[in-house]
Amino acid sequence: MPEPTAEELARRNRLQILPETVSDQTSTDFPGHWPGENHEWNLEHFRKNFKVQFHSDGTAFLLEKQNHAIPKHRRIDQVFSLIGLDASIANAFRRILIAEVPTLAIEDVFIYQNTSIIQDEVFAHRLGLIPLCADRLSLHNMGWYIKPTEGESNGNELTDENCVILHLQVKCEWKEGGLEKAAKGETNPNELYVNHSVYARDLVWQKHGRQLEWPEDDPVRAVYPDILIAKMRPGQEVIMKLHAYKGIGQDHAKFSPVATASYRLLPTIDILKPIVGADAKKFADCFPPGVIGLDEVTSEDAQKHDELQGKEGELKAVVANPFNDTVSREALRHAEFKDKVKLGRVRDHFIFRVESTGQWDSDELFLQSVQLLKTKAQRIKRGLDLMMK
Amino acid sequence: MPAPPQHEQVEDEVIIDRGELSENAEADRDRIRVLAGSSETAASFQFDGEDHTLGNALRYIIMKNPDVEFCGYSIPHPSENKLNLRIQTYDNINVYTVLEKGLNDLMDMCDVISEKFVVARDGFYATTTDKNDNDDDNGGQQGGEEGGEAMEE
Repeated sequence: MPEPTAEELARRNRLQILPETVSDQTSTDFPGHWPGENHEWNLEHFRKNFKVQFHSDGTAFLLEKQNHAIPKHRRIDQVFSLIGLDASIANAFRRILIAEVPTLAIEDVFIYQNTSIIQDEVFAHRLGLIPLCADRLSLHNMGWYIKPTEGESNGNELTDENCVILHLQVKCEWKEGGLEKAAKGETNPNELYVNHSVYARDLVWQKHGRQLEWPEDDPVRAVYPDILIAKMRPGQEVIMKLHAYKGIGQDHAKFSPVATASYRLLPTIDILKPIVGADAKKFADCFPPGVIGLDEVTSEDAQKHDELQGKEGELKAVVANPFNDTVSREALRHAEFKDKVKLGRVRDHFIFRVESTGQWDSDELFLQSVQLLKTKAQRIKRGLDLMMK
Repeated sequence: MPAPPQHEQVEDEVIIDRGELSENAEADRDRIRVLAGSSETAASFQFDGEDHTLGNALRYIIMKNPDVEFCGYSIPHPSENKLNLRIQTYDNINVYTVLEKGLNDLMDMCDVISEKFVVARDGFYATTTDKNDNDDDNGGQQGGEEGGEAMEE
């Protein structure tokens, strides 16, 4: 069976970026597409060709003010490449990351008192959107709470396994002597009132049942303690009990574990004919900084290319770091670069960026998404087996 | 293999358990239907509670099978949580074995991806994050690491 050459494979793997269009978009690695070639699924072949490259560790330092004041690093904004994958699979991971990896978020709010100017339903909505974090093993082991529909007996019971209870109780009052200060014209709320702002750090976790065994030093709390929930003035008060459950982004965006998860294809820039002198500078300016470098023309170059003869010592454009290109196609707008440059993208090189909201690290989320895709297949397989019996 | 019984479309309420392999295998049985007009070598399947995520991935992996003449999927209506998958095979190849092979291949692929991802990640951390591990207090380490490993099972 004829094997395509490496150059041929590289050519097939390129999308072309033309001034107004993209071409060669679809993958062609299917049996029957290329006569005489074998493109059957082969796990060993996949194992050999699939690569993962990390580009950014994604460390972010979050100052945690509640309970412990240690800045703790979290890897919540990672960039990594998956190479040798089909778009359908990469896209499945992206979709699962956004919509199907479960997280804990506030779902039910029981309002005992709310005299702040934020309406109950708006307040509850704001609470739901606050990212929570806790000991991850405990979170992972939490069960699902399925709310019974009205008048029916479906759903399951609320237990320590599927529900985390938080309390929010804040009352705004005058500071000692605040009233006098106000009479004198002081307007700074910090001088006049106590508790004039309700922050995410005011959420207090009430452990119950088996949750007493969860690690002490990693309580259920807001990832970002400084999120402002409401502002109040003396005499106003909020007293609320909050139930947080595990849920998925498909049901509500507050359950989505990522701010966003996205991928782009690795850009390629091919300089077909040398670009020298002032043109080289202009060419470099068509790309983000660092993408195009400027090298001196050597006598060797001059021998190889007729255009370079007598131009030793001048600057020529070289591709330094296509990874950072935004593929703006600016270079294609200028007549002097016509037929000198070819832009493209590598079809099977996905540069993922996973920005977590902080409950999980980006790498944990990705591994969960892979696991979830596998579980989906497993469930269909199990159903199919039962159907065939 | 005998042709499986064909099921009429039933509009019953579907309980979709979230992502995890539940105890209830019967629920998974009820999520799958073979649409009318199927034969040994051509069938349309309908899955409840699935979307493009599984549809496109499965389409790709089934199309990689040389015994398959055609494979495609569609979401018949955007407000119905259903996925239709059509498979046609060449002579004497059973569509059910093809679907099963596709599911197996997809699961194997997931294992390889997880495996290689963990190796690449650990290699990368080893080269870049020594300083971070030092200022991490033991509590954080315990929580973080355990959580990470639980995911890799």
